[in-house]
Amino acid sequence: MEVLAFLIPISLFLGGLGLVAFFWTVRSDQYDDPEGDSHRILSDEYDEHPKTPRKR
Amino acid sequence: MTDSTYTEPPTASACPACDAAPMARRIAASGAQDGAVGPGRLMLSLPGIHCAACITTVERALDDHPGVRSARVNLSLKRATVEADPEVTAQALVAAVAGVGYEAHELESAVLSATATDRQGRDLLMRLAVAGFAAMNVMLLSVAVWSGAADATRDLFHWISALIAIPAVAFSGQPFFRNAWAALRHGRLNMDVPITLAILLALGTSLYETAHSGEHAYFDAAISLTFFLLAGRYLDHRTRAIARSAAEELAALEVPRAERLSDNGEETVNVADLVPGDLIRVRPGGRMPVDGQIVEGTSEIDRSLLTGETVPVFAEQGQAVSAGEVNLTGPLTVRVTAAGRDSSLHRMADLVAMAESSRNRYTSLADRAAGLYAPGVHILSFVAAVGWYLYTGDVRLAINIAAAVLIITCPCALGLAVPAVTTAASGRLFRRGMLIKDGTALERLAEVDTVVFDKTGTLTLGAPILEEDDTWSDEDLRLAAAMAEGSSHPLSRALSEAAQVRGHAVDRVESLTEVPGYGTQGTWRGHRVRLGRADWVGAEAGERTASWLSIEGMPPIRFTFTDRLRPGAVEAVQGLKETGLSVALVSGDAQTAVETFARRLGIDDVTAEALPEDKARRIEALRGAGRRVLMVGDGLNDTAALAAAHVSISPASALDAARVASDIVLLGEDIAPLASAVTTARSAVTRIKQNFTIATLYNVIAVPIAIAGFATPLAAALAMSASSITVSLNSLRLR
Repeated sequence: MEVLAFLIPISLFLGGLGLVAFFWTVRSDQYDDPEGDSHRILSDEYDEHPKTPRKR
Repeated sequence: MTDSTYTEPPTASACPACDAAPMARRIAASGAQDGAVGPGRLMLSLPGIHCAACITTVERALDDHPGVRSARVNLSLKRATVEADPEVTAQALVAAVAGVGYEAHELESAVLSATATDRQGRDLLMRLAVAGFAAMNVMLLSVAVWSGAADATRDLFHWISALIAIPAVAFSGQPFFRNAWAALRHGRLNMDVPITLAILLALGTSLYETAHSGEHAYFDAAISLTFFLLAGRYLDHRTRAIARSAAEELAALEVPRAERLSDNGEETVNVADLVPGDLIRVRPGGRMPVDGQIVEGTSEIDRSLLTGETVPVFAEQGQAVSAGEVNLTGPLTVRVTAAGRDSSLHRMADLVAMAESSRNRYTSLADRAAGLYAPGVHILSFVAAVGWYLYTGDVRLAINIAAAVLIITCPCALGLAVPAVTTAASGRLFRRGMLIKDGTALERLAEVDTVVFDKTGTLTLGAPILEEDDTWSDEDLRLAAAMAEGSSHPLSRALSEAAQVRGHAVDRVESLTEVPGYGTQGTWRGHRVRLGRADWVGAEAGERTASWLSIEGMPPIRFTFTDRLRPGAVEAVQGLKETGLSVALVSGDAQTAVETFARRLGIDDVTAEALPEDKARRIEALRGAGRRVLMVGDGLNDTAALAAAHVSISPASALDAARVASDIVLLGEDIAPLASAVTTARSAVTRIKQNFTIATLYNVIAVPIAIAGFATPLAAALAMSASSITVSLNSLRLR
């Protein structure tokens, strides 16, 4: 049963990691436009910073 | 993208100080208008975008526009947000997007700011995530306890559960705690009071039991209760947020701007900035933004949105106009007599506010259920606690049983029963083009037994169509269509269309000119020809909507028009009748026009020439007779009636004031979904009641077990999950 001393903290830590990741996605507006994001992945343009000098 | 669409704001560099004043005013105005959104942010509605290429094309076009700092398209909302320098105008951006082939409309960002970031929704989502995370972990530990962990292991697991559950509940449960506190402070009970009590009592007794190595701890029940109830809250919030954002978008599409004439020419200003005495220009096709008096120009005015009359009214110098009327033919210069608060639009809004307060008294099914439920649960658990204390004299056992009763009866199913159904029903209606603005609208719609329609703009499109008649021949139509060419008057357009449908080639008319307010005039085969108002061509004016064609030396020829039926109007009326509702028509239009129209749709109960007050009084009378009235209308003359009715619907083309007064907005042109909406609402209410029955049934079985003292944490978890899941599944069955 000693293994529980490791397993429980590990499982809590991993779960917590997922929770923190979810918090981050919510806070950085990643659910504002689910439909657009699913289309943007098809676009060739790298648009993390929307207005960077672009080759025309 | 080229810069050709971009127009530099006019500046005269010779005198910088002269420019500074209007510029400062403009900046101040834009600052006031943007409010929380911040200056330099523009919003565009893009109804036509649907693909990855659309996003890239539109964003590139906007980015390449001079002065734009960044542009981002949101495909879910079909909207673009543009950060730009203050001198960039929305009109220029709309032109830029139109240049790459997409329809765009300016959105008033101040109206949208409320839903720009959905803070409350995000907050609920975070709490839901924490509750979900904690519930899963605690449940994992609880399963170990249920399957036989004993002594030190069980205590350890209980302690770890406490460590996870207590902070999680403290964070996630806050919406319930706040609501419960607010209710208690005002001396009332709501659904959140027993919830809060159950959660806190469960945590408290569990903590005590854990500290004394007790066998039963309810940490899993407390946290999963929070999770299920938050899920219900979040669903409810999403439904409302979607409806609110769509309603706001409709309002934001109407940017209140006016063309003000001043010493240095025309300038575009916000309607809110107009003061009595200002001169404004209203172009043909434009809507009067304020009440005023015509100082220059002649035209015809369409007052159908205000009065329901379909016949355009002649307008000339000196005549008073009121906000909401549409200018048809010639440009008008209007002196503002009343703007903002004092205008007739606003006075009507006050009427609406009065009627509105009477409707707010409606209590929803959920509230009624909570009203029965909350005191019942408290009494039950209190009686159980007192009973066990008297029987055994053991305080600890008595409190444990009271907690178990509260947890088992706790309204997981009740909390989910209503939101799950309304979410499903609103989503279904939204896909059919109906926007549910009000939370209790569905329930009220289900109770309706009488439908009152407005005519103009509601059952009709407010656009005329030429009526078949023997007063004119094909040759007459050919000539009339030629005369109508180039005029944007609705009657002229109807004539051109009628000729086109018949495949007629139009005649050639020379020196064709439009005389604003009267009609068109030209020369045909050497004769002077006129098409227009009866008194202008020398004919007797009738009460039908008509346009007259006169050829020099011949008697004038009459073309009569009827209002075009809104698509789906026949189906809607028929469907409503088949559902067993009585249908009535109340219109401000002339008696004969209304009667012929009603006969076509099969409506027997007809009231014509009704003033706005008459409409509202009619609704009141029906209500006094015990009827529950659904009012469908679009005009300013309908707003009081819309607000007075039990539930109200308006088309998206309606005036802003009418849309605000109604509970449901029809987004499309087709009105046919109306009949099915009543059916959907009725089945939604049936589902809600079924869900209540299911929840009650669970309680009837579980409560005696809890009171008898046989409720284990496992039994509580099973009862809670099972009832929540059955209720959710039942809601999905909604058709």
